[in-house]
Amino acid sequence: MTDASITVEPPARAVPPGPASGGALSRYRTGALFLLPAFVLLGVWLLYPTIYTIIRSFFGPSGYLGGWVGIDNYRTLFTTSTLVTAIKNSAIWVAVVPAFVTAIGLIFAVLIERIRWSVAFKTVVFLPMAISAFATGVTWRIMYQQDPSQGAINALGRTVSDAVTAPGVLPSAIPSTSLLQPDGGGLVLKTPLHPGGVALFGLTAIAPADMPTGSKQALKPVSKPGAIVGTVWRDFKPGGGKLGVVEQGELGIPGVTVQLHDSSGKVVQSAKTDGAGTFDFTGVPAGTYQAGIGSQTFAKPFGGYSWLGPKLITPSLLIAYIWIWAGFSMVVVAAGLAAMPRDVLEAARTDGASEWQVFRRVTVPLLAPVLSVVFITMIINVLKVFDIVIALAPESTQANANVIALAMWRTAFSGTFDFGTGSAIAVFLFLLVIPVLALNIRRFRREV
Amino acid sequence: MRTDRKVVIRFTAGVAIVAALAISVAVFAGASKAGAKKTMVNTSVSGNVSFWGIWSAEEQTAIEKVIQGFNKKYPNVHVTYTSKGNDIPTVLATAIAAGNPPDVADVAQPGLVKQLVQQHHLKPITYAKKIISKNFAPAWVKLGVVNKKLYALLYKASNKSTLWYNVHSFKQAGVKAPKTWAQLTKDAKTIKASGTPAYSLCGSSGWTLTDMFENIYLRTFGPAKYNKLSAHKIKWTDSSVTKALKEMKQVVGNSSNLYGGTNGALQTNFPQCVDFVYSTPPKAAMVIEADFVANEILQATTAKPVKDFNVVSFPAITRGADAGAIETSGDEIITFRNTPAIQAFMKYLATPKAAEIWAKLGGFGTGNIHVPASAYPDAITRKTEAPLTKAKAAVFDMSDEQPAAFGSTTGQGEWGIFQKFLQNPSQIKSIQQQLEAAAKAAYK
Repeated sequence: MTDASITVEPPARAVPPGPASGGALSRYRTGALFLLPAFVLLGVWLLYPTIYTIIRSFFGPSGYLGGWVGIDNYRTLFTTSTLVTAIKNSAIWVAVVPAFVTAIGLIFAVLIERIRWSVAFKTVVFLPMAISAFATGVTWRIMYQQDPSQGAINALGRTVSDAVTAPGVLPSAIPSTSLLQPDGGGLVLKTPLHPGGVALFGLTAIAPADMPTGSKQALKPVSKPGAIVGTVWRDFKPGGGKLGVVEQGELGIPGVTVQLHDSSGKVVQSAKTDGAGTFDFTGVPAGTYQAGIGSQTFAKPFGGYSWLGPKLITPSLLIAYIWIWAGFSMVVVAAGLAAMPRDVLEAARTDGASEWQVFRRVTVPLLAPVLSVVFITMIINVLKVFDIVIALAPESTQANANVIALAMWRTAFSGTFDFGTGSAIAVFLFLLVIPVLALNIRRFRREV
Repeated sequence: MRTDRKVVIRFTAGVAIVAALAISVAVFAGASKAGAKKTMVNTSVSGNVSFWGIWSAEEQTAIEKVIQGFNKKYPNVHVTYTSKGNDIPTVLATAIAAGNPPDVADVAQPGLVKQLVQQHHLKPITYAKKIISKNFAPAWVKLGVVNKKLYALLYKASNKSTLWYNVHSFKQAGVKAPKTWAQLTKDAKTIKASGTPAYSLCGSSGWTLTDMFENIYLRTFGPAKYNKLSAHKIKWTDSSVTKALKEMKQVVGNSSNLYGGTNGALQTNFPQCVDFVYSTPPKAAMVIEADFVANEILQATTAKPVKDFNVVSFPAITRGADAGAIETSGDEIITFRNTPAIQAFMKYLATPKAAEIWAKLGGFGTGNIHVPASAYPDAITRKTEAPLTKAKAAVFDMSDEQPAAFGSTTGQGEWGIFQKFLQNPSQIKSIQQQLEAAAKAAYK
C-alpha cells in the first residue's frame, strides 16, 4: 500500500505549480500520505505496546484471566526487596554516572586541545564506545576477578603488595597435629623442650608443586645431649599417613627458620632447616624452652579485593560504565569546544584572566548547552542500563547489582513470567524517563 | 495439583503389583509381536507431524537421525523438527496464545508440563502407555503422569546424581572414589592435607547449589519425602531440611577446602568450576554436578576420560533402597494434538530403537530398560547413563518442578537463598525461614 502511494505521488508532485486554492487540501493529503507509514509504524511499535503495557500492569500474572488486581503490582514493586534494591541502585546510577561522565569528558576535551597526538588520544578514549556493552561486561568481569592470578586489577595489587611485603615460603601450610598452635601468624610447639629434646613440626595442605626446591626424604631427628633438634616436614603421604610421625615417603621442608624461645618468650637461637627438614640448636643451657616458626614463613600473599562481591559490585559496574561513555562525552564536548568563538577566550586572557578563570568563567558557561546534552543523554542511558549488569555481575551478586531495567526483564521474562509486575516496572521506568524527555524536547525547541 | 501429585507419588504395593503385571503382560505381548513387527513397514499411517524442541546443532542432527529411523517404519509420516532453543517455554506460550502450537514438543520443565495440562492444552498419550510401561520402569513412567493420566514421555534423561573427580588429585591424596557420604567427608580432609582443595563449587550458578542440596535430601530421606518437599507439602522449616543442610554444610562450610574460598566459590559460574578441576596443576580435586560435566571437560580441557577424569555416583547417605535413587532432569515429549501419525511417532519414541540411535551418538541417557549399557559410546557415558535404567527410584530436579519464582530465578528464591547459605553456612535456621517465606510467596 505504501509502495503504491509512493509511485502514484510523483505526478502529483509534478503538478504543484498549479493554482493555490485547490492545492491546500491536496497538499495536506500528500503530507498525510507521506506521514502514514511513520504513523503506522509508531502506532504498531510504540503507541500500542505502551498502552497495552499500562493496561497489563493492572492485571495479575496469568493475564486477563487472573483478573484485575488494581495497584497490587505497583505495591509489589515497592515492597519486594529485590525490586527495592533495583530502584535504589538505579538512583545511585543516576546520581553518579551522568555527572562523572560529563566531568571526565570535559576535562579530557579541554586537556586534549593542548597536547600533540590528540587524535591518537581521542581514538583510544573513544574506542570503548565501539565495543558492545556485553563484551565490555565480560572483559571487566575477568579483570575484576578476585584471584590475583586471574584478575588484572588484583594482579596489580599483588605486584605492589609483594614489593612491600614478600609472601612466605609456605603460605597455605597448616599444622598436622594440635600440638602445634597458631601464634601471631606463626606456629608454636606447645610441648615444653629441654636440652636433649626433640621438636617435630608436621605441616600439611602443601601442594607438591609448592614445595621448596631441594627437599628430600624427611629425617627423624636424633636426640643429642645439650642440644634441641627437630624436623620440619610435609606430614603427608598418599592416604594421609600417620600424623605427627616422620614416615618413609614424606618430604622435609628446607629453608624454614625455626626459633627457640626461653621461658620468658625471648628468642635465644634461630636455625634454618636443611633439605631433610632437620634443624638443631646446639649448646643450649639447662632450662625449659619452646620452639616456633615465625609468621613470615606463613605470610599469605595479597588475596585480592572482592570487586564482584555484594559490597563492591555496584561501584565496579559504575567504573566500567563510565569507562565506556567517557569517550562519547569527550568527543561531543570537544566538538562544542572547536565551535566555540576563540576571540572570547583571547579577550579574557588579554584582560588578565588566569587559565582556571578562563575555564571556569568562559569555557564552561559557553559549553553549557553541549554539557547538558551529554548530561541528559547519560541520564536516559543510565535509566535503561541493563546489558552491562547482566554481563559483568556474577549471578550470586546480581540481586545486589539489580537495576530497574534488569528487574523488569527478570520479572517478566526470565523464568517467572509475571507480566503483570513486569509491566508495572516498565511503567514506573517510563514515568521516570518522561521528565527527562520533556526537558530534552524543551531544549530542542529552544535551539530551533 | 497437590492432591494429584500425592496420588501419583505414593505408589502403594497394590499399584506396584498392578504395574508389574502390566509389564509382564506387555513383555509377553511384545515378545510375540516382535518378530512380526521387525520387517513390517507401515504405509497406512500418513500425515505430517510438527515437532518443536530445544535441541540444536549436534543434538539436532541426533534427533533427525532418530526421525529417520522412524521413517523406515512409517515412510508416509513426515516429521518436521524445528529447533526453538532454550526459549521454548516462551515460544510455546506465544504459539498457544496464537492458537497454533506444534503437534509435538520437547520441554525440559516438568512444572510447565503440569501447567499446560491444567490449562487443557495437552492431549493424553494413553495410547502409548502399553509400550512405555513395557520399556520403562514404573518410576520413570510415573514422571510423565499428571492428574492420573499419562501426558509425557521422558525421552532423554540426564543423571544429576554424579560427582566428577580428578584422577591424579585423588591418587596424590591416596583416596579412592567415595561410595558413602561419610567416606566423602573423610576423603575431603585427606585431599586438603595433600595440598589441593577438595571441592570446586560453582556458587555463582545458584542451580548447582540447589542440585547438591536435592541430592543430599534425596539420599537421606528417599524419593517419597523428596517429592513432598518438592510440592511444598513439607515446610522448608522442617527438621529434615535442617538435617540435609547440616550435611551440606560439611561440604560448603569449610572455606579453606573450597577453591578460592567462600568468596571465590560465589563468583565462579558453572562451566568455570569444572575447568578448575582439570587445569594443570589442578586447583581443586572434584566438582559435584550432573552427567553433562563430561561434555565441558572434553571441550574445554585436555583431560582424557578414565585416565585424567572419572565419575562416581553421588555418595549414599542413608543405607537402604533409597541410596540408589537418582535425581534426573530431561526432555519430556508432549503432544498438543492426537492423530494416528502423532500416535505412531510417540509410540516409536518409547522403543529401545529410538533411544539407541541417539545413545550411540553420545550425550544421551534414558530410563529405557531395554537399552543395553553397550549402546553408550564410551566408558564414562556408560558409567553415568547406565544407572538410569537400573534406578529403582527416580525423581525430577526439584527446582524444575517448583514455581519458577522460587525454584529457578537468578538471585531470587532458592537460588539466591542457597548462595546466602554458602556465604553463611552456620545460619541454617535463618536460611530455612527465608526459604519457607519465599516458597510460601511463590506457591500462593
